[in-house]
Amino acid sequence: MNETDLHFFIDSTINYFEEVTGEKALTGIPYIKGKEPVILEYSGIIGISGKRKGCVYFTTTQAMLESLAHEILGITDAATETVKDLAGELANTISGNVREAYGSSFMISVPVVVEGKAKDIRLPENVQSFVIPITWKDFKSFLVVCLE
Amino acid sequence: MESKVKVLIVDDSLIIRQAIEKNLNGFPIEIVGTAGDGKNALELFTQHQPDVVTLDITMPEMDGIAVLEQMMGQNPAVKVMVITALKDKATGLKAIQLGAKSYITKPFTPEKLKTAFGRMLEKN
Repeated sequence: MNETDLHFFIDSTINYFEEVTGEKALTGIPYIKGKEPVILEYSGIIGISGKRKGCVYFTTTQAMLESLAHEILGITDAATETVKDLAGELANTISGNVREAYGSSFMISVPVVVEGKAKDIRLPENVQSFVIPITWKDFKSFLVVCLE
Repeated sequence: MESKVKVLIVDDSLIIRQAIEKNLNGFPIEIVGTAGDGKNALELFTQHQPDVVTLDITMPEMDGIAVLEQMMGQNPAVKVMVITALKDKATGLKAIQLGAKSYITKPFTPEKLKTAFGRMLEKN
């Protein structure tokens, strides 16, 4: 992975929030993931196969997903099922949009959503993973990208 | 009285199915079903014979491209709007070649969805 790869994911994330909510997300300086877990309350995970291999996940809080669901559906009491689903949809959209740069050989899986206090998301050990901190409104989230 | 256009909504994301349904409620349509995977989509398609389908591509069981191919085989007159996160040109082109009438990418705004849907309804 190089800086250009990271930019594709950063742009895709910024575009998502701007398009859906009209409000830009701010991204922090990406860093290499160490042994410390990067996991919040809900994580949407996408497997990558084809020309590139690896994994992308978006991890965030329930409060952030509820606020985003409010923007999308106009409701304040989104069901847990809807909130959980949104974590997967976010990861799916960010990953799917980068095919604009990578082309159709960048294959994405359907999302898997991890809810609650998992120790961490297991990533390939021989590949560096990058963590992109994201702030939308006052909510903190992370996009983790691990690509061969 | 003008009959309503029968619409089937297909997407593996619950919130996207809800958002599509909410944003299309100003059109003279009847939602005849919603499906979260390709296999269920084809079952509902056969059962309800919709005039219009909104169709995701990345789905469990069977992806949207395979579903589109089968739907067009069953009813070449059906109007299919692909709504997907896949932003590459090749996938868009393939969907259009297979018979999709419209192709929009996620994330979508209500305006983007309504405009594309309205245009597709007007197409012959």
